[in-house]
Amino acid sequence: MTEKIYFYPGWLRIWHGLNAIFCILLIITGIRMQYAFSSPVVTFERAVSWHNFGGIALTFNYTIFLIGNIFTKNGAHYRLRFKNISQRLLKQLLYYSVGIFRKEHSPFPINEDRKFNPLQQISYLIIMYFAVPILFITGWALLFPEFIMRNVFGFSGIFLTAQLHIAMGFFVSLFLIIHLYVSTMGTKPISNFKSIITGWQEAH
Amino acid sequence: MRRKRINILLFILISGFLGLLLIYSANPGLSQDMTDEVNPSKGMANNMYAEENEQCFRCHGEKSYVLEDTILGLKKKVSMCEQNRLDRNEFYNSVHWSFSCTDCHSYDYFEFPHPLSLRFEEYLNCIDCHGYDDNFAKYKFEEIEVDHMKSTHYQTSDGEFHCWNCHDPHSYKLLSRSSENLTEVILESNLSCLKCHGNTDVFELLSDKKLGNIIPQHDWLPNQELHFQSVRCIECHTEVNDSLLIAHNIMSSDSAVRNCVECHSQNSLLMGSLYKFQSKETRLESGFMNGAIIHNNSYVIGANRSRLLNVVSVLLFGLTLLVMAVHTGFRIIHRKK
Repeated sequence: MTEKIYFYPGWLRIWHGLNAIFCILLIITGIRMQYAFSSPVVTFERAVSWHNFGGIALTFNYTIFLIGNIFTKNGAHYRLRFKNISQRLLKQLLYYSVGIFRKEHSPFPINEDRKFNPLQQISYLIIMYFAVPILFITGWALLFPEFIMRNVFGFSGIFLTAQLHIAMGFFVSLFLIIHLYVSTMGTKPISNFKSIITGWQEAH
Repeated sequence: MRRKRINILLFILISGFLGLLLIYSANPGLSQDMTDEVNPSKGMANNMYAEENEQCFRCHGEKSYVLEDTILGLKKKVSMCEQNRLDRNEFYNSVHWSFSCTDCHSYDYFEFPHPLSLRFEEYLNCIDCHGYDDNFAKYKFEEIEVDHMKSTHYQTSDGEFHCWNCHDPHSYKLLSRSSENLTEVILESNLSCLKCHGNTDVFELLSDKKLGNIIPQHDWLPNQELHFQSVRCIECHTEVNDSLLIAHNIMSSDSAVRNCVECHSQNSLLMGSLYKFQSKETRLESGFMNGAIIHNNSYVIGANRSRLLNVVSVLLFGLTLLVMAVHTGFRIIHRKK
């Protein structure tokens, strides 16, 4: 019998579910606007309004994440310890590249105090506390472009804001694909997906 | 000691770089206005008919004038109606700056009060002076005339809609052929539309229709204010003419462009209209599709993708998927062992 830990409380599961829905909506509509291909279902006008709605909704959803991390112990999982960070990252990388095929045990098994391995921790930290806030700031700015500086070092302020927004959107999209793939590396390929729905995670 | 020197060197390099950026950003318009380059000697002082013209401007260049009854010896200060009022400064800086008023208007205007018959004076159109003249061939006035005659303005007015209803010959400037400052081009162009479409009194002089309010009519347009500032009305309301720099076939409102992708795409129609001159002149792509738009400090979603970033993003996505596919393959193989 595998040990089960109650990893994902209700608020976190709701936040994660909404985050997933809005992120997918924003990626689809964002690609639709950036590449401007013709689609009878997601027309440009619809893409713009859905993208605006998704962005606003995701910002408010992010406050659940922030408040939850401030007032519950979930926030502790995002506190990075810098001691031996490179060795720990290398160790986890080696496990994903070689150890996992040799049926080795995870070098940083999950437990009540450690929800993420070092690679997950640093990537979640960068995405949630760097890329996503930049996406929000640039996205809201593009929603009210009259407040953006017209000229920044000889370039259009809107152009620079949009480029930063697009670049961060691209990294978040890339992260989503990797995140989904890494999630299949549980005890069974679907066990991590089940966990984020039920809240109970199998320790491995 | 060595580290200190390196730090000083780095400080000097970074300060120099930031200084250069600041100097550049403070002087975005280093190049000159083309219209001034063509005619550096514009202005009232350089017009040989200025004194003669002043007889007209004495009344038409002021908000009010003195009406005099020489028989009874009466004088009265009356206001000059706005549509008959001209700005000297605008006139002497326009394309027709060197003209005498009587080059286009009757000598009978020297009679005061002006005779009633002058109210019916036929005004000249652009083609009357500029048509079939090699000096003006590059402006293609003949084609403009044909395009204009197809327009809803001409068609619905029984031919009573003339060039000067939009282009005031007393203040007209060749802004669209200037490679700098599209903001001014957009503003001037849109103001010439709003002269009628934003003013019931003027609109009703030309049409029997009731003037609609353009703000709610354009409610469907996201970021309406930004659109109005960044593009001309004619971008959506004219049929693009490959031969003309500015299309003159104004379509009826139900034929106007309402499909966002017409502009927000790689084949943006803006490149054939607003940015036509710049795209031909500069050929600057800046590594971005439709680079002339970026060159003008603007940005159009969907039309300004970077070719380099496109390739890099596809490669990164491809590489990620490849690594995942190989990893999955190894996982399947090792699971069976």
